[in-house]
Amino acid sequence: MSRVLSLLGKDRFAAVAAVVLALVVLCALFGPPLLGALAVEQNLRAVNLPPLSLDRGWAFVLGSDSLGRSVAARLVVAAGTTMAVAVPAVLLSLVVGSLWGMWAGYHRGWRETVSMRIADVILSFPSLLLAVVVLYVFTPGIANIIAVLAIARIPIYLRTARAEAVELRSRLFVDAARTFGTKDSTIIRRHILPIVAPTLLTVAAVDFCFVMLTESSLSFLGIGIQPPGMSWGLMVAQGRQELRTAWWIAVFPGLAIVLTTVSATVLAAWARIAFDPAQRWRLTVPGARKRSVEPTP
Amino acid sequence: MTTSLEVEGLSVDIHTPTGVLHVVRDVSFSVGSGRTLALLGESGCGKSMTAQAVAGLLDPVAEVVGGAVRLDGTDVLELDHTARRALAGPGLGVVFQDALTTLNPVQQVGAQVAEPFRIHERMGRKAARERAVELMERVGIPEPRARARAYPHQFSGGMRQRLLIAMAVALRPSVLLADEPTTALDVTVQAQIMRLLADLRAERSMALVLITHDLAVVAEQADEVAVMYAGSIVETGPVREVFDRPRHPYTRGLLSSVPAGAAKGEPLRSIEGSPPDLAAVPSGCAFRTRCPLAAEICESETPALLEVDGRAAACHFAKELTDA
Amino acid sequence: MLAYLRRRVLSSALPLLVVILGVFFLARLTGDPTNLYLPLSATAQQRADFAARNGFDQPVLVQFVDYVGQVVRLDFGESLRTAQPAATAVLRAFPATLQLAGAAMVIAVLAALVVGSLAAYRPNSAADRAASFLSSAASSTPDFWFAIMGVLVFAVWLGWLPTSGTAGAAAWILPVVTLLIRPFGVLVQVVRGAMVTALSAPYVKVARSKGASERQVIFGHALRNAGAPVLTVAGDLAVGLVNGAVVVETIFGWPGIGKLMIDSILQRDFAVLQAAVLVTAVAIFLLNILIDVGYALLDARVRQGAMA
Repeated sequence: MSRVLSLLGKDRFAAVAAVVLALVVLCALFGPPLLGALAVEQNLRAVNLPPLSLDRGWAFVLGSDSLGRSVAARLVVAAGTTMAVAVPAVLLSLVVGSLWGMWAGYHRGWRETVSMRIADVILSFPSLLLAVVVLYVFTPGIANIIAVLAIARIPIYLRTARAEAVELRSRLFVDAARTFGTKDSTIIRRHILPIVAPTLLTVAAVDFCFVMLTESSLSFLGIGIQPPGMSWGLMVAQGRQELRTAWWIAVFPGLAIVLTTVSATVLAAWARIAFDPAQRWRLTVPGARKRSVEPTP
Repeated sequence: MTTSLEVEGLSVDIHTPTGVLHVVRDVSFSVGSGRTLALLGESGCGKSMTAQAVAGLLDPVAEVVGGAVRLDGTDVLELDHTARRALAGPGLGVVFQDALTTLNPVQQVGAQVAEPFRIHERMGRKAARERAVELMERVGIPEPRARARAYPHQFSGGMRQRLLIAMAVALRPSVLLADEPTTALDVTVQAQIMRLLADLRAERSMALVLITHDLAVVAEQADEVAVMYAGSIVETGPVREVFDRPRHPYTRGLLSSVPAGAAKGEPLRSIEGSPPDLAAVPSGCAFRTRCPLAAEICESETPALLEVDGRAAACHFAKELTDA
Repeated sequence: MLAYLRRRVLSSALPLLVVILGVFFLARLTGDPTNLYLPLSATAQQRADFAARNGFDQPVLVQFVDYVGQVVRLDFGESLRTAQPAATAVLRAFPATLQLAGAAMVIAVLAALVVGSLAAYRPNSAADRAASFLSSAASSTPDFWFAIMGVLVFAVWLGWLPTSGTAGAAAWILPVVTLLIRPFGVLVQVVRGAMVTALSAPYVKVARSKGASERQVIFGHALRNAGAPVLTVAGDLAVGLVNGAVVVETIFGWPGIGKLMIDSILQRDFAVLQAAVLVTAVAIFLLNILIDVGYALLDARVRQGAMA
């Protein structure tokens, strides 16, 4: 752990990204209980206050919206909603997709064929369209949004885990385990999962951005999180009405989305290198020209 | 006989994150028209780097840091990009080793063989293709007109090697560089390809530089040989003489590791150890750590490549080896 | 070639079938499909009439046969809002989306080919790093927010561009740019990766040994080899463009299929939504076939079945 931290310290971008993500998580955890009341408190005498002024105290540093609610407080509370959708959706698709993929890749044969076909079908259909139909038929509550997003992203993990498992099952240590009569499920858990896990986690980090962006798109379009719930996407939609008079209502939640996704992307790219023993040296060369070199004969 | 290619004091460095590697050190050789010189050495000895430096095809991480490469008297290292490109084909042809993607997998081979004519003689598509078909016939592709429309994956390894030769000789270069042209092929096909190269060399009076690790190919095909070790030439001279009476312990080691050279029943000998890591070449003579003759002087002084009656060896004990 | 195409058509048809089945069963999962078609205020009598008229009171199997017949005839019932056939509304909106998406995709691919190739030609140069930073920023920015920022800066503050509509070339700029930014960002990375691989392949050295200029090497030899992965990803992105189109059309009031979908959701017009989804699925099916044909044209090995 401390080695990871010291590696992180060497890469300024990754360190900043980690701090941003930590802040978002803190907001998500402590924002709703602490600022939940302030975020919905209307003040019709302080409508559309411009940001960057401390006249009304820190709560209104990012201005207020058309009902006089604090934009800053709403941002913090909405982080909670965003995380409450994105984290379970990513975890769900990660767990289901990985197990399914390892199972399919380990057994090959018809199990693999059928699984890959299902993945192809889901992926060949635009995710937003899937969400649109499902959320029309059912009501657009948090649970349904999570379910739709998870189903749409399962194929990503399914494909990755299956490819790795296919490669691993031909390795010697798997054969060795099989000759000892180890159960298939045990082989998958003991020998395949530990090797595949880092790759899958990196995929999950990148996918986290995708899920977050899709949730905010859905909320923006009015088929995701519904008022009085709060989500960054929904806040942009509400601010859009006031664009001519109060630009800040739409700008700040968008910035929050961009900051979070950029940070997650940067950190995922960093982790991919940091957890790959063959590439870790790149991080230890201080400010070096990181161009790759093949000393061909 | 005129000297077609003269390489003098050529040195190449590679820049890596951990430092600079001297992969080619002060290499000199020359070839006359109609003659064959073999650059012989194990993989990693710098023979391919030398060839790529001569042809101007080094990767960006590699850099020529000294020397001259005179092609028909012109030092091509002094030329700018455009002038050098104008010589790629008409002045110097390169025969590459056939691999999966040495020929462009998505282009018809006819177009690839025709490319030199399109580039240098500004021929139209049709005329260039006509020339390509003639050329394919010359290098022994059956039914060349129909085969010109085929793609590389539809040819055997031997046929692809013939196509690579056809492209290299298309514009009748005065020097032909062949980089391991037969390594990937079956033995019978190897012989055919070598015969084709020899015929073309004689017919077009080209100078042929043959880069190989195959002693048999050198013995059969080359007039002169230059043996490379760890980036330097350690011995050079007429093939017959060098192979009969090597004056460098490395050459001697190489020759005695060939089954054909050893009597039946005698154990095969090999050179102890392995070639040095280019990042840590021993001081003095690079070969000393593997050399049975190594002495103190080998560590302190780098032996010079001294010429004695038409051949040269870079060894402090060359004289002793000559007399032995 | 024909065998290859037949195989590809069959495998692309599967998702289409799944969508057709999926829409049918989804509509009946909630119990009563009349709830989807009729406004919440409809009386019990109206519901019963509607169900009888549309056969919703029949056994599921009969309903399914009816449904398949409707799909084949492109007859999806009438729109609640306009009382027009739903298919007409969808087909009228379709060209607007196609133009918008086509313009965005063509520009994104061309620009990515140039930028990605240049970045790959000099890896780790300043240009390469700028390209990679911009492209990752592009794929991290939500398109709806990018569009709104565009409106804020260029329409509200500067007043150079209109906020919505399709009138005049200026009206195209913001929608097309918003739509192309994500595919462009992803494609630059893909082109760069594929070109780095292609430029290090032996045939590039062979081409240089023949005296080919750098331009001939990049565009004549390497780019075509890099084409296959780029085409694959471009195809996936084109499918994903439907997502973007929904957002962009909603924001800019573009009268396309995406806006139609959102409008019919918000006004609970199920007939039109169902028609729009099915027509989109067919369009994606055709697009996939087109990509497979492009693949075969690009590489003889695919055409001749040399590669599985």
